[in-house]
Amino acid sequence: MSGEARSPDPSQPASDGGATAERQLAAAVVAGEGPAANGAALMEVEHLRVLFPLKQGIVIDRTVGHVHAVDDVSFRLQEGETLGIVGESGCGKTTLIRTLVRLIDPTAGTIRFRGNDITKASRKRLEPIRREMQMIFQDPQASLNPRKRVNQIIRTPLLLRGVAKDRTDAEARALLTKVGLQTEHLNRFPHEFSGGQRQRIGIARALAIDPKLILLDEPVSALDVSIQAQVINLLEDLQDEFHLSYIFVAHDLSVVRHVSDRIAVMYLGKLMEVSPAEELYDKPIHPYTSALLGAIPIADPAENRSRERPLVEGEPPSPIEPPPGCRFHTRCSRASDICRQVEPQLTEYAGGHLAACHHPQNVSSEEIAGAARSEFSPLSAGAEAPSAI
Amino acid sequence: MSAAAPLLQVDDLRVSFATEDGLVRAVDGVSFSVAAGEVVAIVGESGSGKSVTAMTLMGLTRGHNARIEGRARLGDTELLSASEHELQRIRGASIAMIFQDPMSSLNPVYRIGDQIVEQIRAHERGISKSAAMERAVELMERVGIPRSSERLRSYPHEFSGGMRQRVMIAMALSCSPKLLIADEPTTALDVTIQAQILEELRTLREQTGAGIILVTHDLAVVADIADRVIVMYSGRVVEEGTIDELFYDPLHPYTWGLLGSITRIDRDRSQRLPAISGLPPSLLNTPKGCHFRPRCPHAFGRCTDDPQLIARVPDNAEHLDRCWLELDRKRALRVVGDQIGLVSPETVVS
Repeated sequence: MSGEARSPDPSQPASDGGATAERQLAAAVVAGEGPAANGAALMEVEHLRVLFPLKQGIVIDRTVGHVHAVDDVSFRLQEGETLGIVGESGCGKTTLIRTLVRLIDPTAGTIRFRGNDITKASRKRLEPIRREMQMIFQDPQASLNPRKRVNQIIRTPLLLRGVAKDRTDAEARALLTKVGLQTEHLNRFPHEFSGGQRQRIGIARALAIDPKLILLDEPVSALDVSIQAQVINLLEDLQDEFHLSYIFVAHDLSVVRHVSDRIAVMYLGKLMEVSPAEELYDKPIHPYTSALLGAIPIADPAENRSRERPLVEGEPPSPIEPPPGCRFHTRCSRASDICRQVEPQLTEYAGGHLAACHHPQNVSSEEIAGAARSEFSPLSAGAEAPSAI
Repeated sequence: MSAAAPLLQVDDLRVSFATEDGLVRAVDGVSFSVAAGEVVAIVGESGSGKSVTAMTLMGLTRGHNARIEGRARLGDTELLSASEHELQRIRGASIAMIFQDPMSSLNPVYRIGDQIVEQIRAHERGISKSAAMERAVELMERVGIPRSSERLRSYPHEFSGGMRQRVMIAMALSCSPKLLIADEPTTALDVTIQAQILEELRTLREQTGAGIILVTHDLAVVADIADRVIVMYSGRVVEEGTIDELFYDPLHPYTWGLLGSITRIDRDRSQRLPAISGLPPSLLNTPKGCHFRPRCPHAFGRCTDDPQLIARVPDNAEHLDRCWLELDRKRALRVVGDQIGLVSPETVVS
């Protein structure tokens, strides 16, 4: 779709100094055939770090430390896949996806979208790429311009996509129907809608540009349960219809598990576990994951009474000076000396289930023996293989 | 519930507010009771009237534009007609409340310790400041605040959300209230911290025998901690029962819809959630008859008449619901696939 918007003319030199790579990138993205297009990785993230400097001083700001928001995170997103990212507040999940669309500049690492490095891409180079990626935010109230009618909100991205002016109205109507709103809503302002409806407008706006990847930052946590279910169903329907890939960030593990194919669990800026969605509940390998699962009450009284629920003590440590070794060792009941000293590698177990733990649980010694260091391991991780306690 | 007189008995509570747009009937005839040592959850979505019910018991909804009718007896005291002076004595001492947002319910410019001490001294005349300080330290230890004698001197902003909520609970406990009202106490907190706070509430109930009203939108929290549940929709109670009754034999279609809307971590990822369609009605203009009728796929002619909240299960006088459907029909209609949910009959067939 976006091909119509701006077909790059190969005969025309790129304005910023004949950067052939950039032109190729734009061409590849627009034509939808990057090196890794066919069923391969849509997005690859390698050793991504985002550190926020802490400044102090009256006249001259000195950097006195860093908030380790995202600290050496690597993963790969396949086309059509939904990757869920969960974690408690302050674990870096929102910073991570904001960095992926380059709303925040990474400190180190690489982000590749369809095989093209966009880590340091200029604003101009990012423009066609951002058309392929859209974001949906947590607060539908704050993410819609209160002074614009729905019509205007949805038409702007349509025009950017290159839809002819006389076609935008029909397209906007079609989109609105698609997300479950009525066409008479087009002339209303955002304040005239409920939270769930506003979130639908946000979704329609994201779809208007015909993206391949949608990054959702807590898209349903501000909504009531019955409305939450409606929006989740809508997102799933749209994914099938438009072949979208999602990166779905939320603190609610049960919502994430419902929508995701794979789930990444983050803690203090690091990936703790990346699990196929089906395995996460029955076979959490990292103790932090079981702590999270145990903390979640289930809407079933008997289930709550019968299952084992380890209660984690205390609160997450400060991301300014994160603990050495495994970041979870200060709250972990299985922690030993090695956990306090050596950062665990991400180990790949059978079925593509990754966990960064020296003393994994729910895996047999054969499974541990058959596991190998994952290519997604942080650079600072030790080489020690995991062992049973 | 029990043969003994309940701790709190609310009868036909009605709260309406005059607004520019008309009369908002926030609470429309709510009755329930809470026994000592019992956790009663009031569940509903935004605008269902659950928080207004709780706040009215504390006398926090009084105002020139508010009309409050009905009765609410706590022991010998009639809460709704109590004077402001009487209420000041009751609040904190007999009923305490914990709010959703622990940041805005603590005064940012006073130290934590001083705020707890103020409450203790307001209700216990003649207690010295140092004795009250000691009590504050004890209370903070009891709710799991480490190094409490040091942290007494901290300001609210130096505490995390979970710790602030613990301070709120410590303050609520300071006068050993008979009834604790917790309005969404864990909504603003992370799950691991939520689990800790729920554990505190459980301990508190066991140790003090206080009755707890838990106002929440989260059915999972309800299943975890409550004994009885009241489901509210559009200002009315639509179903009331024990947690086992509500989760395993829910009678009102709205309850089915709520249960179907929840994503459950222990359940296979089904393709679609049997969600409720539409939006809750405006409280300015509620539908005739059953308030849930416009969103209910099972509604029929009789639903334009108001159903009463009565017991409909034989031999069970405690499980109440407000729906005209026959019991057997309800039990058949609520099954969607292998779970409970709300789907229109046509969809079930196809």
